[in-house]
Amino acid sequence: MCLGIPGQVIEIQDPVRKLGLVDIGGVRRITNLMCVVDEDHPIESCVGAWVLVHVGFAMSRIDPDEAQRTLDLLREMGDLQSELQTIEGKGTS
Amino acid sequence: MRFVSEFRDPATGKKVLQQIEQQLRQLGHDASHPLKIMEVCGGHTHTIFKFGLEGMLPPSIELVHGPGCPVCVLPVGRLDDAIAIASQPDVIFTTFGDTLRVPGSQKSLLQCKAEGADIRTVYSPTDALSLARQHPQKKVVFFGIGFETTAPATALTLLQAREEAVSNFSVFCNHITIIPTLEAILADPSLRIDGFLGPGHVTMVIGLEPYTFVCDVHKKPFVISGFEPLDVLQSLVMLLEQFRQGRCFVENQYKRLVQPQGNRVAQQAMQTVFEAREHFEWRGLGSIPHSGLRLREAFSAFDAEKHFAIPAQQVADPKACQCGDVLKGAIKPWQCKVFGTACTPETPIGACMVSSEGACAAYYNYGRLSTSRKLEATR
Amino acid sequence: MTSSKDTEHPLFQRIEGVRQRTGRVRDPIVTQAHGGGGKAMRDLIDDVICGALGMSAQQIQEDQARFSLAALAQYGDRLAFTTDAYVVSPLFFPGGDIGKLAVNGTINDLAVSGAIPLYLSCSLIIEEGLPMETLRAVLQSMGEAARAASVHFVTGDTKVVPRGAADQLFVTTTGIGVIPQGLEIAAHQLQPNDAILINGYLGDHGAAILVARGELQLETTIESDCAALHGLIAALHDAGITIRAMRDITRGGLSAVLNELAQASQVHIAVDGTKLPIRPEVQGFCEILGFDPIHLANEGKLALAVPSEQIEQALKVMHAHPLGQQAAHIATCRPTPAGLVTLDTGFGGERILEMLVGEQLPRIC
Ligand code: SF4
Repeated sequence: MCLGIPGQVIEIQDPVRKLGLVDIGGVRRITNLMCVVDEDHPIESCVGAWVLVHVGFAMSRIDPDEAQRTLDLLREMGDLQSELQTIEGKGTS
Repeated sequence: MRFVSEFRDPATGKKVLQQIEQQLRQLGHDASHPLKIMEVCGGHTHTIFKFGLEGMLPPSIELVHGPGCPVCVLPVGRLDDAIAIASQPDVIFTTFGDTLRVPGSQKSLLQCKAEGADIRTVYSPTDALSLARQHPQKKVVFFGIGFETTAPATALTLLQAREEAVSNFSVFCNHITIIPTLEAILADPSLRIDGFLGPGHVTMVIGLEPYTFVCDVHKKPFVISGFEPLDVLQSLVMLLEQFRQGRCFVENQYKRLVQPQGNRVAQQAMQTVFEAREHFEWRGLGSIPHSGLRLREAFSAFDAEKHFAIPAQQVADPKACQCGDVLKGAIKPWQCKVFGTACTPETPIGACMVSSEGACAAYYNYGRLSTSRKLEATR
Repeated sequence: MTSSKDTEHPLFQRIEGVRQRTGRVRDPIVTQAHGGGGKAMRDLIDDVICGALGMSAQQIQEDQARFSLAALAQYGDRLAFTTDAYVVSPLFFPGGDIGKLAVNGTINDLAVSGAIPLYLSCSLIIEEGLPMETLRAVLQSMGEAARAASVHFVTGDTKVVPRGAADQLFVTTTGIGVIPQGLEIAAHQLQPNDAILINGYLGDHGAAILVARGELQLETTIESDCAALHGLIAALHDAGITIRAMRDITRGGLSAVLNELAQASQVHIAVDGTKLPIRPEVQGFCEILGFDPIHLANEGKLALAVPSEQIEQALKVMHAHPLGQQAAHIATCRPTPAGLVTLDTGFGGERILEMLVGEQLPRIC
């Protein structure tokens, strides 16, 4: 359900209707930015931002720092697992 | 692609899988006592099968594919209504591609199109609105389906239509909401689910708070998950950790996207345009109170249900269909009597066989090999 | 009685002089008259069709093309014969048009049998009202494609149908080629351990067409891969590669071709998902719509099975050819489970690769 895909806002095309051009893996589409604009995030601030696009609407900004933290956690998990394996491996050999 | 490929790294995936296996062992689960986790959202079902996670996970965990595929739960009656609208002269009926092949009581939208109806696939409700502007002499109807991720797009499009006074545009609203549905599932005494993978994109709109009852009242861990394979695996690790600690709370794995409070603009747009229906019929699950949305009175000019004479007949699900049991996780798709025999993607009886996010289609297309292997191994 | 004196009169001569000239078509659009069998049709054929397709007036005097069997026999010992109807909307799209498609598609259908493509026919069904310029451009493109591939148009037919009875223009091409002696390429010949190679990026054509229709309002630089593949195939033959089976990958995409091969040979085809060459833009396009590039159409791609010991050599030949630069070894045949195609997802998992039931539909909500 709800197929959403990350894209980067390239330019603002219509500041009144809040339309911008978003690049999704090299494919571009005019996207409605209404949901990612508020007092703290004016429309100009969208350019360069990564957003999640669903049915022609940017539904959320993607936070690159949080993405990195998630990846770090995943890698840590992986490293921990490798360590555990070496310990287990040593224990049984 | 950024924010996609990183979350599909197989080497990390393998290690996280090992961790999951270990956690399950520590919790004392094995093939005869699997931990049952429901992924609420069809998007997760798709990821799980597309990347073969189902076959990679140990038999000590069982994924139950929940009701979060809007196409799968669309009842026959509503589809017949859509077909009735699409068949009227001067109508351009616009829909996401997802619905085209779903069987109604007589035919599907695709068959209806072959018979001459002007049915067009759109990517966005705004594309339907553009069609209305381009064809002022036609009535353009948008088939609004989907959960809270999609509903704001319909709402914002309607707000736009009202502002521009586009008089030949309307919406046949079948939007549904996840919380009442979860309530209904959790209230079913036959249900045996230990925890939930929460729908990341719905939550990006509605926020975390609405799910607290799952933990507070029903004592089930609930982790909001992203849609890449590493997201799903990490969410499983988080769920298992909650079990280990004996706690249960709403946890957010999809932090890069999901704000705790959700998306206020989207919530407001939905609030302005929609109200809950008393009841809405779900395929397989029956009627669930307050689970469907309709347009508010102020938007009746854009309400296809008010413009067109629709049959509005309740049509019982086909007798052989056990989609409801599948959606609730009571049975596995292959346990349905007609699975793979009378019900195949070519001749679907239930909608779970139509959408590639439907549990039955996913098993049939992608999973029948790994499933058979697993069943063989546990025999 | 008519006497020679009558016909020598300047007035008669003047009219006759003009009448004998090859007619020029000046109408801006195609009308029913152009399909009526009279002078207008004659002019359309002379002026718009034959010249562009490189056919002489002499060739079209008869209702059929005639071949010398002896001449054909120089190329081999069997004829290959194929026909294909082309309907595409829009008629012109990035990377090609219906004409180029109709020529290359039929050439490819011949070439994957190992045949040397030689002759084509061209049958047009034109919806009245089609701009003459459009028709000229399509035929021009057909002629160019045929010349580039050294195949010849030898016969054809034209019909004009009322508005609404066809969508602008339908083109049917039929092709004849000759299969060299000793060459046996067939779908049932796959053996365990055989390797399946493809010659490049998947899904370009399907994506280009869907974008070109404009309904999705997407902007891309994706172009159709429309191309004639017989040159690439000839290069493989010349290098002494044993091709057990070969298919051009068109509608239904790679998954359809692999399923057909697996069924015909009763082998298991195991695809390595990480090896599939897919352009980033096509991947992006697919992510947006919930498509899988493995089901998308191509018009210049083929899949071929070679014995495992020839993988390196075959890839080398393909990489050296302009149409094979992204060639890759994407799958391996195994004995069981026979008839099944599976895909290693690249994430460690494995899933079945099914043929689609119908057209791939966007999966959005
Ligand atoms: S096999 Fe068909 S009828 Fe049975 S549950 Fe699945 S979709 Fe419904």
